[in-house]
Amino acid sequence: MNSLSQLARRLMALDDKIVACMRCGLCQAVCPMFGASGYEADVARGKLALINNLAHEMIQDPEAVADKLGRCLLCGSCQASCPPGVHIMDIFVEAREVVNAYLGLHPVKKMVFRTLLPKPGLFNFAMRVGATMQGCVFRKSKDAQGTVCAPMLDFMLGDRHMRPLAKKPLHARYGSISEARRPGGLRVAFYPGCMGDKMYVDMAEACLKVLRHHEVAVFMPAGLACCGIPALSSGDADGMLRQMQVNLDLLNPVAFDYLVTPCGSCTATIKEYWPRYASRLDEAAAERAARVAAKTMDINAFLVDVLKVQAVEPAANATKVTFHDSCHLKKSLGISSQPRTLIGANSAYTLQEMAEADRCCGCGGSFNLFHYDYSRKIGQRKRDNVAASGAEVVATGCPACMMQLEDVLSHNQDNVRVKHPIEIYAESL
Amino acid sequence: MVSQALIKDFEALLGKENVLTSVADLQSYSYDSAVLTPVTPAMVIRPGTTEHLGQCVKKLYDEGIPMTVRGAGTNLSGGTIPDSTDTVVILTNGLNRILEINVNDLYAVVEPGVVTADFAAAVARKNLFYPPDPGSQAVSTIGGNISENAGGLRGLKYGVTKDYLMGIEFFDATGELVKSGSRTVKCVTGYNLPGMMVQAEGTLGVISQAILKLVPPPRASRALVAVFDELQNAAEAVAGIIAAHVVPCTLEFLDNNTIVRVDDFTKAGLPREAAAMLLIEVDGHPAQVEDDAAAVERVLRANKASEVLVPRDAAEKFKLWEARRMALPVLARCRPTTVLEDATVPRSQIPAMMKAINEIARKYRLEMGTFGHAGDGNLHPTFLCDRRDHDEFQRVEEAIDELFDTAIKLQGTLSGEHGIGTAKAKWMEKETSRGTILFSQRLRRALDPKGLLNATKLVGI
Ligand SMILES: Cc1cc2nc3c(=O)[nH]c(=O)nc-3n(C[C@H](O)[C@H](O)[C@H](O)COP(=O)(O)OP(=O)(O)OC[C@H]3O[C@@H](n4cnc5c(N)ncnc54)[C@H](O)[C@@H]3O)c2cc1C
Ligand code: SF4
Ligand code: SF4
Repeated sequence: MNSLSQLARRLMALDDKIVACMRCGLCQAVCPMFGASGYEADVARGKLALINNLAHEMIQDPEAVADKLGRCLLCGSCQASCPPGVHIMDIFVEAREVVNAYLGLHPVKKMVFRTLLPKPGLFNFAMRVGATMQGCVFRKSKDAQGTVCAPMLDFMLGDRHMRPLAKKPLHARYGSISEARRPGGLRVAFYPGCMGDKMYVDMAEACLKVLRHHEVAVFMPAGLACCGIPALSSGDADGMLRQMQVNLDLLNPVAFDYLVTPCGSCTATIKEYWPRYASRLDEAAAERAARVAAKTMDINAFLVDVLKVQAVEPAANATKVTFHDSCHLKKSLGISSQPRTLIGANSAYTLQEMAEADRCCGCGGSFNLFHYDYSRKIGQRKRDNVAASGAEVVATGCPACMMQLEDVLSHNQDNVRVKHPIEIYAESL
Repeated sequence: MVSQALIKDFEALLGKENVLTSVADLQSYSYDSAVLTPVTPAMVIRPGTTEHLGQCVKKLYDEGIPMTVRGAGTNLSGGTIPDSTDTVVILTNGLNRILEINVNDLYAVVEPGVVTADFAAAVARKNLFYPPDPGSQAVSTIGGNISENAGGLRGLKYGVTKDYLMGIEFFDATGELVKSGSRTVKCVTGYNLPGMMVQAEGTLGVISQAILKLVPPPRASRALVAVFDELQNAAEAVAGIIAAHVVPCTLEFLDNNTIVRVDDFTKAGLPREAAAMLLIEVDGHPAQVEDDAAAVERVLRANKASEVLVPRDAAEKFKLWEARRMALPVLARCRPTTVLEDATVPRSQIPAMMKAINEIARKYRLEMGTFGHAGDGNLHPTFLCDRRDHDEFQRVEEAIDELFDTAIKLQGTLSGEHGIGTAKAKWMEKETSRGTILFSQRLRRALDPKGLLNATKLVGI
């Protein structure tokens, strides 16, 4: 059997899931990628048809299919509104893995996912070097978001306006945290996520401040690795498994009541993908992943649902803030009211909803790296909705969305700051 | 055949990004929402202006290349599946501008690729109303709506797409621009070509612009839900409502299997024993709405509804209507393949039709769920099956044959709103006549001498 048939056979394992697509086309209404390009191959219906055709050997060009699969933010908008409830994300992630196993992983991705991200020491070192060097290459963008741009690195970063890496990441500031539980109190593992650790350190510190305020003991072991979603969405299950293994070794669920993260993508990955993929490691890992997943919560949800933080009346001249629903928070985890409540808990802010608050902002992790033009186009629609709301601040519960919002707002020279709901709440304490 | 030279020409005209020729791209235009075998086209083009659209049609005609126009590709009868592998698909999603919304003269002018729901929302922002609301409105296009004469939940009171088409511009097969109808309520200038283009399924020309009628929005509305132990009673209630001179904007029906399946899924506590549920909405002037709602309630009770629910506010209505919203999604989850039919009968024949549907399901050992628009007799008998199971799918096809026979015997029609395409072409003559087919084919040949526009659809050419 030639290898193309083998590829097809592996994809046929997805046949039962794919055939559930009734080709109604309703995913066109919500897909950010389709909204930006208008090509049928970019919407879930088109991608599922191509995976199906590859599985049935009706198309002989796996590279072309891989290219189409890559034109996707894995935002889950299609799945959330799909009438027959096709498991689109599972199909996409598994198809990326199968096709990638056939084509081989991009060498840069391979280095990052297999070597850098599972080895926090090495990753942290690389980022530290980056943080000290960036002064030489980045230039301040003169905007309200405090981003920088890198004309010299144009070939790599394009015209991105990015938050600079923190001079001192969270783990370097705090090392390992292991507070003792107060009598009758809670103890949570705090998982800052890569961006909380290295870029949005203020936000991660706001999380720690809030947890302290509520007298919750914090456990944050040194050496946490990436949650694995960038690797997994690039079809690199091996890289993801390595990263997850590092984390599982550090996160013994006996040590905490909840694991909280300020990143919707990390939460969704730990809850949904860790248990499923850990079974590929060994039984002990599978069991631990299931227990960790069951204890994992988004920090907004933790504060509102567990600690019962409540909204208050906004003050007379409160700052207008609008909220962007991150896809992973709302569509994967069903969390949309809690961050709004948390914002409402600070009387200095008043919530002003924008149109299409739950439409994808266009970041999509590595999608942003490989399809920056589309990412910007999708982001512009979000920016227009933010601007139309008249808010001075836009809040969102995912650092990747924060980065994207800062980029598009900065490019439009908007005087709108980007915050995590936890920062807004922390300001009131 | 599409030559390299022709591809270059189109790229020069439309820009490279609007001319698709890679296999992966082409395969994604090989299907639509119908359960039919895909056909991969030779090329896909996306003009961004109506001038370019006309030039594309002319060029393809001159070269003798078959063409299929595609909006959102959500039709359920195969209307956008290419006729052959030589076909060029023309996309309309580059033509999605709302050109005018006139609040004084109550009309709008739009390009064909405008999405129905976007248009309805833009009209609503001007405090006007565009009623046609097919279930696919979040993505369907006005060009597709006109070409299929799309209906929706509001058909009974407000009519369907054809009732809103005042004027049209289209390119005939040769690329010549044709204009008919106008911005005025009255217009008798020449043939009624807008009427001809309605439900033409892309066989008579390529629509480039439409003038649509708008109406003032209803000021108030009231909803009711009724449960029946006997189908006959539900049908008599429907007849009774009309006889009481109330025309609800919505009068929807769910059968027992749909109720059970929805309840399994939502655990909403629906009446699982019920033979049918009716969901009714009346709208209009507030005082009229109160009277109408009271009249409907009386009729429902007089016709032995076992339960009548009157939601007090929008939130309660939203909850009660969950069953209707979830009907298709839930049925579609039961089995891999969902075949959604739309055989339609005169209102009074609904009990006979439902009886026949249940018998057909038993006879062919198939699971079906039926819901639909009871007010206009437009039912959606839905087959839940797996097209990979050849034996079962064969039975589905035989069952559909019998379903249509029954609909025709009951003086109904094959298709209330989903169109003929290739899916139902073989039954056309049965419902109409040999002469109808010949007349339609002669009409097509006269207008499209090379037989290039959606050649295998409807009556063929
Ligand atoms: C989930 C679901 C629910 C649905 N609910 C309803 C419903 O409630 N009521 C209803 O009536 N239908 C319904 N439909 C069917 C379908 O959505 C409608 O027929 C709709 O009008 C098709 O619009 P479209 O833009 O997708 O057209 P397409 O499928 O792209 O095209 C339909 C036909 O129109 C032709 N066409 C398109 N644009 C042009 C143009 N510019 N010029 C000439 N010809 C053109 C095409 O060639 C084709 O023959 C439903 C479909 C689905 C999948
Ligand atoms: S919404 Fe779901 S069923 Fe419909 S076409 Fe998209 S993926 Fe398929
Ligand atoms: S995951 Fe998002 S970008 Fe990808 S197909 Fe679905 S809606 Fe489109």
